[in-house]
Amino acid sequence: MSDVVIRVESIGKRYRIGSRPGGYDTLRDAIAAALASAGRRKPTESGETIWAVRHVTFDVGRGQVLGIIGRNGAGKSTLLKLLARVTEPTEGQARIDGRVGSLLEVGTGFHPELTGRENVYLNGAILGMKRAEIDRKFDEIVEFSEVERFVDTPVKRYSSGMYLRLAFAVAAHLEPEILIVDEVLAVGDAEFQRKCLGKMSNVAREGRTVLFVSHNMSAILRLTERCLVLERGRIAMEAPTPEAVDYYMTAGDVAAGERRWGADSVPVDSPFRPVALRVLDPRGRIAERVASVEPFTVEFEYLLSRELTGLRVGLYLSTSRGEPLFTSFDTDDPARFEQWTSRPAGRFVSRCRVPANLLGAGTFVVGVNASAFRIRSFFTDERALTLTVDATGAPGSHWPEPRGGPLRPALEWDIVREAD
Amino acid sequence: MSPAAELAVDRPRSEVSVWIRPSRGWGFADLKELWRYRELIYFLIWRDVKVRYKQTLLGAAWAILKPFLSMVVFTVIFAGLAQLETDGIAPPVFYFSGLLPWVLFQDGVTKAGNSLVASSNLITKVYFPRMSIPLALVVSGLVDFALSFVVLLGMVAFYGIRLTSAAWLIPVFLGLALIASLGVGFWLAALNVSYRDVGYVTPFLVQAWMYASPVVYPATLIPEGFSRIVYGLNPMAGVVQGFRWAIVGAGAPSAGMLFASLGMGLVLLISGIFVFRRMERHFADIV
Repeated sequence: MSDVVIRVESIGKRYRIGSRPGGYDTLRDAIAAALASAGRRKPTESGETIWAVRHVTFDVGRGQVLGIIGRNGAGKSTLLKLLARVTEPTEGQARIDGRVGSLLEVGTGFHPELTGRENVYLNGAILGMKRAEIDRKFDEIVEFSEVERFVDTPVKRYSSGMYLRLAFAVAAHLEPEILIVDEVLAVGDAEFQRKCLGKMSNVAREGRTVLFVSHNMSAILRLTERCLVLERGRIAMEAPTPEAVDYYMTAGDVAAGERRWGADSVPVDSPFRPVALRVLDPRGRIAERVASVEPFTVEFEYLLSRELTGLRVGLYLSTSRGEPLFTSFDTDDPARFEQWTSRPAGRFVSRCRVPANLLGAGTFVVGVNASAFRIRSFFTDERALTLTVDATGAPGSHWPEPRGGPLRPALEWDIVREAD
Repeated sequence: MSPAAELAVDRPRSEVSVWIRPSRGWGFADLKELWRYRELIYFLIWRDVKVRYKQTLLGAAWAILKPFLSMVVFTVIFAGLAQLETDGIAPPVFYFSGLLPWVLFQDGVTKAGNSLVASSNLITKVYFPRMSIPLALVVSGLVDFALSFVVLLGMVAFYGIRLTSAAWLIPVFLGLALIASLGVGFWLAALNVSYRDVGYVTPFLVQAWMYASPVVYPATLIPEGFSRIVYGLNPMAGVVQGFRWAIVGAGAPSAGMLFASLGMGLVLLISGIFVFRRMERHFADIV
């Protein structure tokens, strides 16, 4: 007997692009096209199309936790949507044995006018829970979400944090045999994220199958055993997680020096649009390599299409193996935090100066994040750029030996001869 | 085999296993699946009812006031000023009994037509039978209907009208009203996903449709025979006239007209389901 619960065979999804800028046609266009094409065959098949996912084949065994990683636009979300049956494949097929619960976005179907209690039931039903099941878990859900006192208040009066916590709590208490999770961990504060991660690893320990998409490499490393790496809609690699993360963080098409984003990197309705990320040497030139003994600047350029309150823009620095080194936000400084409680629409640059004598020799990965704390993550790219650090002249380089650890800070030493 | 058997003991092998593959051609509604999702449909109905009159001063009274106020206007304009005949029925009862199934249809079609677009956030995130959305919205109209129906019974008593044996047919006409609403609702909902024109056309369509139905005038104004059968091709003609007849026992619709309405209602429903199912596979991509 085979214990494969998900078998995906050469699945592909093609989208038409360009011809439907507004997302839909008008009847007039359709009629005009129908008249123009009378007698001709299938004019709609022409036009520009794009394969969001193609030739993707893999199996997932029962109880396995499979991670799916890849850059923005690599096809991760499309793949999950196909498996969650939200959209139909254009070619290929997949077979799924078991009840599927998908967490493609928390709070789906929440109605602002309904109370927390009512929304728990409604959302539960939408996610595929039976009523008796929700009855049974109701208290647990409310406790997990920490909104006990407001459970009979319409959710439109909730803070966004409460709203998200309640939404995640419902989703987290789904007990499908197969759970499909997409980036839900991008919401909420660190404390709540920790709780969510804990919940997810419990799910996995109970022997249920999980497909997990995330940009959060530490979550991927903690929760999954195997990973698919997607690149431009194809599987670039399927391997044990550490290996896959290593590959994802360094190989492939990651840029160095400067990274630019097109308009398609965020959803059309996103108020935040990344433009470019650059590493600059002390002379202000774009640099792929920096010297350990010199400071360098990382600048992130972005557009806001409307005023955003509570926006913070941050950098992640991690090693090529995906181990995080530090995270820093442009409003970490309380004074700056006060000054930029909200940012008007327009073009911005957030610049971060990384001091000299901090990093050791090696390749590092710079990631960016734009979010509103506890409210929403607008944009994340965990490996936007790679950065090579040259340790020539770094402290201690008179000994030509490799040093352990990614950092090579210049620290103050005292050598004192103590009196006997 | 034994590990599998052990597994089966503590967690039964799933009852559901699905193939995900491109679908081709035309298909009918998957009734079994709709049945499996009955709780979701129930919750969608419940949500619609619950939300409908939230933050209104008069709340559920609106369910009655909407047809009641129309009835008052019709009585003043059509019976009072225009002197339209009402099959010998007291005008308020005539209009109110016609408005009840009509409002059910009108609200059902309007809400269902907009339903998929309004639920785009659901459609692009979660799988469930898409049909449950317009279905729930049409069915939830029954709650308003039931409230107004109580008022109608009160009016019937007030005017001293005795129910006849035709009253047994009330559920039949109600069923036919639902069939027609679902049929048109499925058509509009599916088309609206691709063509937002539907949103602009619907109010006009509904208004014209009302005047094509015997809401403000009796169907007996239409010459008997062939014309009346053609008139019956509007399923709501049979529904409105039949419903009124079932309540007050006057103005019986002809059999030809009734069968035309029933036939057309079924054609609309079945074609609506096929079109919906056909377009359904692209809803999430283009909505």
